[in-house]
Amino acid sequence: MTLLAPAKPPVLPAAPARRRRDTRRWIGALYAAPTAFVVGMFFVVPLGLVAWMSLHHWPLLGPPELNAPENYAALSDDDLLATAAWFTLKYTVVVTVLLFALSFGLALVVQHRSRGVGLLRTAFFLPAAVGFASASLLFLGMLSDEIGPVNRILEAVGLLDGYVSWTSGSPNTALGSAVGLVLWRFAGFNMLILLTGLQAIPVDVYEAARLDGATSWQIFRRITVPLMRTTIALVLTLMVTGSLLAFDQFWILTRGGPDNSTTSLVMVIYREAFIELDLGSAAAISVVLLGVLIVFNVVQLGMLRRKG
Amino acid sequence: MKKLTAAALAILFLFPLLWSAWASFRTPTGFSLENYSRLFTSDNGIRFEHVFNSVAVSVLTVGGTLVIATLGGYAFGRFQFPGKNALFLLTLAILMVPYATILIALYVLLGWIGLEDSLVGLSAVLIMFQLPFSIFMMRNSFEAIPKELEEQALIDGCGSFGILTRVMLHAVRPGLVTVGLFAFLTSWSEFFAPLILLNSTDKFTMMLAVVNMRTASFGAIDYAALEAGVTFMAVPCLLLFLFLQRSYVRGFMSGALRG
Repeated sequence: MTLLAPAKPPVLPAAPARRRRDTRRWIGALYAAPTAFVVGMFFVVPLGLVAWMSLHHWPLLGPPELNAPENYAALSDDDLLATAAWFTLKYTVVVTVLLFALSFGLALVVQHRSRGVGLLRTAFFLPAAVGFASASLLFLGMLSDEIGPVNRILEAVGLLDGYVSWTSGSPNTALGSAVGLVLWRFAGFNMLILLTGLQAIPVDVYEAARLDGATSWQIFRRITVPLMRTTIALVLTLMVTGSLLAFDQFWILTRGGPDNSTTSLVMVIYREAFIELDLGSAAAISVVLLGVLIVFNVVQLGMLRRKG
Repeated sequence: MKKLTAAALAILFLFPLLWSAWASFRTPTGFSLENYSRLFTSDNGIRFEHVFNSVAVSVLTVGGTLVIATLGGYAFGRFQFPGKNALFLLTLAILMVPYATILIALYVLLGWIGLEDSLVGLSAVLIMFQLPFSIFMMRNSFEAIPKELEEQALIDGCGSFGILTRVMLHAVRPGLVTVGLFAFLTSWSEFFAPLILLNSTDKFTMMLAVVNMRTASFGAIDYAALEAGVTFMAVPCLLLFLFLQRSYVRGFMSGALRG
């Protein structure tokens, strides 16, 4: 810790020093007070409130009424919720695998400083500066038949034969559109995080391995990956959490279609709350989703600790 | 060969941005500002108040985040006080509890305290989402300042606030740039939180207004005007990022992800 006590000359008598230390504790608490207020008011209270709401019939307008455990019981009959949960899971697996592979690949490409690498890093990271909702609209236009170049380019290259309606044609093309969008928007950001892990590995470790005659694949498997475990865990957590909470990409790009095939869990929460006007039921789904995420994070941390 | 692949990838990543800018000026007969004029005049497009709202939310969020994270980072980095570790962990826990799950409750809570459909309420929520990253970042920045700097100011007769404003603020500037830029990029382009927390169209941010051009149109979507909206929203972010890139990436890599 940096400062247990204020800088004090050792000749001072004990009592004023302690008083000064006490005052300093209060001053510290005072500086932390705005943080405590915002965290308490806008995080802790809503966290309790969402659990409380899930126990009530809570219409958007009008007084709430205790009805536990009806909101939770009703979840099992909700067909759309089941479809959405299954779809969200599938999406999470696909995105996490592809995004991780791409981000790691990019990080390896730009890990050593040389001519042009700075430009490459900027190019890969630049999409992250654009808002995700903006990026979704960008892809909507790019994949559209009206003004989008994608169909025409693919046709010219000979990969495509005739017109494909990417975002609404079929469940698979709709999912593919969203995955492409997410890869483009987030690969650079995750690349940057992975790069910090890569660069934290001391160079002599690599040199020692090379002297021992290790191949580059062996070095990658036995040195790079194990030494980057914490960073990899962080990136995977961000990807899984982000994918389980997917909203913008489906709300904007596919509108959850065709036939609700790309409706995500958070879209169901939104729908319950602001279309069905049933906040209690939306809160119940939120609580379940929250529980799943906390279990996931705890398991993940536990695995990390056991291996390390 | 490797260089060629990397260059091809870079082009692939830049292509959508360049295409969007190109498409925003493209008309059936050539290039003009027509798409932009439809963006700013059509019923569902961007109106002046939307620009104002976006700027207001960004200013409130960036300003609030900087003030709170500076004071909080100072407290966590330089002081001992009761409940310090608990509050720090609680702040980081915001990352673990994704905000989509508490926005329904925030919607109700803001209604109770008279901040429904309000830019101030939205900014308060956005500040809260920024705090884990910002507090972590600023705590590390304050911890890295050598003790001698503080002692010298103490001998010169500065109080703790004087030390903060006269000595420390200068030393933590790179951290502040990163925190501020991150808060701006998020608040300027955030979609889900305003979608939930703002109801009336004259309170909409630009992001909501542009998305509205897509979701509120039951007939044909005006894609060209949409791309004009995307470009208009993205240009400030891209310029600011390119301008501050060096300190942003450095701060991001050294402060935010240490440990």
